[in-house]
Amino acid sequence: MEDSITILPAVTIAIPLIASVLIPLVGKYENLRDGITIIAALAMFGSVLAMLPSILDGGRITVQIIPLLPGGDLVLHVDAFGMVFALTAATLWLLNSFYAIGYMRSLQEHAQTRFFFCFAVAIAAAIGIAFSANLITLFIFYEILTIITYPLVVHVETEKAMREGRKYLAYLLIGGIFLLAAVILTYLLTGTTAFVPGGFLEGSGSPLILQILFLLFMVGFVKAAWMPIHAWLPAAMVAPTPVSAFLHAVAVVTAGVFGIVRIAGWVYGLDLMAVLGLGTLLAVIASFTIITASLFALIEDNLKLRLAYSTVSQLSYILLGVSMLSIAGMMGAMAHIPIHAFLKITLFFVAGAAIVSAGKEYISDMKGIGTKMPIACLMFSVAAIGICGLPPMAGIISKMYLAIGAVEGGMAVLLIVLTASAALNVAYFFPVIYTMFLDRPGDLSSLDSVTEPPLTMLVPIILTAMMSIVIFFFPSMPFFDLIEIAIAEIMGQEVL
Amino acid sequence: MTLIDQLPIFLIIFPVLAALLILAAGWYDRRFCYPVFLLTVLFQFLLSVFFLFMVMHGGEIRYYVGGWRPPLGIELVIDAFSGFVLATIMLLALATAIYAKKSIDLEIPHEKTVSFYVLFQLLIIGLVGMTVTGDVFNLYVFLEISSIAAYVLIASSRRSFSYVAAFNYLVLGSLAAGFILLGIGNLYVVTGTLNMGELAVFLLESYHLATVHSAFLLLIIGFSIKAAFFPLHLWLPDAYTEAPSAVTVLISTVMAKVSVYALIRFLFSVFTPSYIIETFPVTECILIISAIAIIAGAVLAIAQGDLKRLLAYSSVSQIGYIMFGIGVANQIALEGGLLHILGHALMKGCLFMVAGLIIYRMGTSKLSDMKGISQTMPISCAAFALAGASMIGIPPTIGFISKYYLVLGAFEAGLWIYAAVLLAGSLLAVCYIWRFIEIAYFAGAHDDHRVDNRSTGSREGPVSMLAPMLFLALLCLILGFYVEMVMEVIGPAADLLLGGA
Repeated sequence: MEDSITILPAVTIAIPLIASVLIPLVGKYENLRDGITIIAALAMFGSVLAMLPSILDGGRITVQIIPLLPGGDLVLHVDAFGMVFALTAATLWLLNSFYAIGYMRSLQEHAQTRFFFCFAVAIAAAIGIAFSANLITLFIFYEILTIITYPLVVHVETEKAMREGRKYLAYLLIGGIFLLAAVILTYLLTGTTAFVPGGFLEGSGSPLILQILFLLFMVGFVKAAWMPIHAWLPAAMVAPTPVSAFLHAVAVVTAGVFGIVRIAGWVYGLDLMAVLGLGTLLAVIASFTIITASLFALIEDNLKLRLAYSTVSQLSYILLGVSMLSIAGMMGAMAHIPIHAFLKITLFFVAGAAIVSAGKEYISDMKGIGTKMPIACLMFSVAAIGICGLPPMAGIISKMYLAIGAVEGGMAVLLIVLTASAALNVAYFFPVIYTMFLDRPGDLSSLDSVTEPPLTMLVPIILTAMMSIVIFFFPSMPFFDLIEIAIAEIMGQEVL
Repeated sequence: MTLIDQLPIFLIIFPVLAALLILAAGWYDRRFCYPVFLLTVLFQFLLSVFFLFMVMHGGEIRYYVGGWRPPLGIELVIDAFSGFVLATIMLLALATAIYAKKSIDLEIPHEKTVSFYVLFQLLIIGLVGMTVTGDVFNLYVFLEISSIAAYVLIASSRRSFSYVAAFNYLVLGSLAAGFILLGIGNLYVVTGTLNMGELAVFLLESYHLATVHSAFLLLIIGFSIKAAFFPLHLWLPDAYTEAPSAVTVLISTVMAKVSVYALIRFLFSVFTPSYIIETFPVTECILIISAIAIIAGAVLAIAQGDLKRLLAYSSVSQIGYIMFGIGVANQIALEGGLLHILGHALMKGCLFMVAGLIIYRMGTSKLSDMKGISQTMPISCAAFALAGASMIGIPPTIGFISKYYLVLGAFEAGLWIYAAVLLAGSLLAVCYIWRFIEIAYFAGAHDDHRVDNRSTGSREGPVSMLAPMLFLALLCLILGFYVEMVMEVIGPAADLLLGGA
């Protein structure tokens, strides 16, 4: 299929940027300001959708923005895999915007203008990462995302928030330095940084150099929160819940794993990865993270922190899929990006709802809240079951592919890891569900003030939970079609 | 000869006349001083842009003062490198000139304003002269003009400690001037000429002489003091902190850059790359010291409790970046270093302008007094954040581009460790920039001590101070995108410098 050239990708990024200019200008008028957020979210979603058909046909869209540096100009390029991320981010941003407005207003948070300004820039950066045509462009948007999410993370401005914010910034910026070094090294080895399906590094340096380079990339994509460099993610839990949702589902961690998959498929290529033994390395890191993070989640009483460790663990499913270096593995990895995003955002939404309408952060305090906010808690259960990989939720699809990949590759260990992790998921989620619905607090009157969250929050919760069910029944539209195209690309086959 | 051919000398003569005119105008009515000053700087700026344009399209411009050809006469040379630096410093000088008015009215005793503008003008003349001259002794003369003007300007603030700072600088600056003069004398003894172009040719035969080596060392040390290259930066923190805000902006951006310019000129144009790399291998040494400068300057900056002092130490670190490019001495790294001359001038100018405006508005430069200041001064803090991001090297600002070039150059030369130091240095920059950001933006919605924004009125500051500040901040971002345009100038400049290799 031919590359077509339109300015739509640039428009998609420009929309939230324009919104970010307008938001501070009309900051005094709350409704107008939040209206701009919503309109921008809708417009951006529409513009991503408008590109979908041509991508589904196997086409690609390229926009050259401006010549920039030796090694790469600022170029946007929409392909199937980028579309997976962009579509996920655009959809979830739309829902998250409604939710955030409801959340911020319910709690009467301060500095809302700053909050929505940063939100708008952050989503622009996330889409930029999805549409990056080369490592330079990717790096630029990646760094912008780091900086602009900092004010969101430290939003509450307490001593604790500032301390955790520093940790967040330190991890991500140091990661950024490694990524920059990796990008420059790649350029020196090959003279280019543009992504090529199937990779372009082959034969450009000694195996040792390429292995070191891969490690640089791995540390660079610290946003993927693999252990032991995951500590920024739990630290970022001081943020308001819509931010957590944004970090965990819409953009930030997704950007990290997206980057690693990009590197594997479009810089190294699976064959080269296999030759260099990088699959094994990834598998070890991923397995370690999956199990350890699940254990951490098990003992955490703060619901948001438990979810954070759950994210750390789930992200490594994606790395695990990549590490198999096979079609099924990549399939599972790529599919897990949107699926995990939809499930995890639901969980965070409900955790935030518990804070807003019940004022409860700790699982041990949540006894019986399911009776007062049944819909929200039901949706939590739906998503939790999905994460555990049980039908009829989308979680099972990606895990199935991962299992198939493990069996095909004859990697029994990985199968054990997957099984153990599924058991652990059940072990840390089901007690929450039990507490919510079946436990009763000693003092029943403490539940009196608990109600369902406002509609701006409840509707997004229901929608995201439903989406994960819809994906289970209709997986091909559109995510799996996109993923198949992407995999055909990197495997060097003609697009089906 | 048409007027156009005579233009280069106007760059010097006209402002000298203007300086006298300012004095005369001040005698008549103080209010006329500033317009004359501003118009002169504007004229110089337009002229410098014109020259840059000419150089890019027609090659270098040579002008023989009084029609005397070298070696007898003095020659003015505007090539890609000096054209670039000239345009950079005049841009900053113009921004400072616009910014200065209100700040000076507040910080300088009223009766001193006339002499202040005269000296300000002389400082600019000296710096422009150093940039365009092709004669080493003439360079020394202009250096002294600018230095003496700078000593007085630093001492002109209302604070008594500024005399100490100025005196410190006077001592070290004179020492530097002495070194430079000795160096120039040595060169003259060996070659019998003072013209840069001729020196470069004649020196080739004498590279083995001890006289030449000593001249080289004297010059390097002299200019390193003027440029505040670590560990010869000791005059800098006091001078930057104590000087009136507008003077700080000018000396931190323009003056330091011109000293670096002169150093590069001597290293690459008077001496040649083959001398500094092979005959007298100094680049390795520069590289080591600049790596130390980057780290030490940043660490010292982190430890400061005063915003201006913090920025001053940051300059020590940033000068290290520029010298790093010289130390690596390949095309890419040198381009990065030259780009950083422009980039650092823009961002440091902007940051000092913010500091100056905070002093203007709040009467303090202590970080601890600035809690929650973003509420009161949102535009200034946004400008600080933008320029600060550039200082850290966050894309897509100009600071990132120069960092990228420097690291790429270091990688290409196989200097892995140094590249790592450079990257670590940018992390340290995060620490000191973030000290202000945290205090300004996030220091306590829960803190009673935060600046009360109701009592201080609504306006953030005079437009004449806000506009140049914002302009520089936006330029940090815009030039990050349109860097290709800048590189078209810097590429030939780096070619020119490395040409002899």
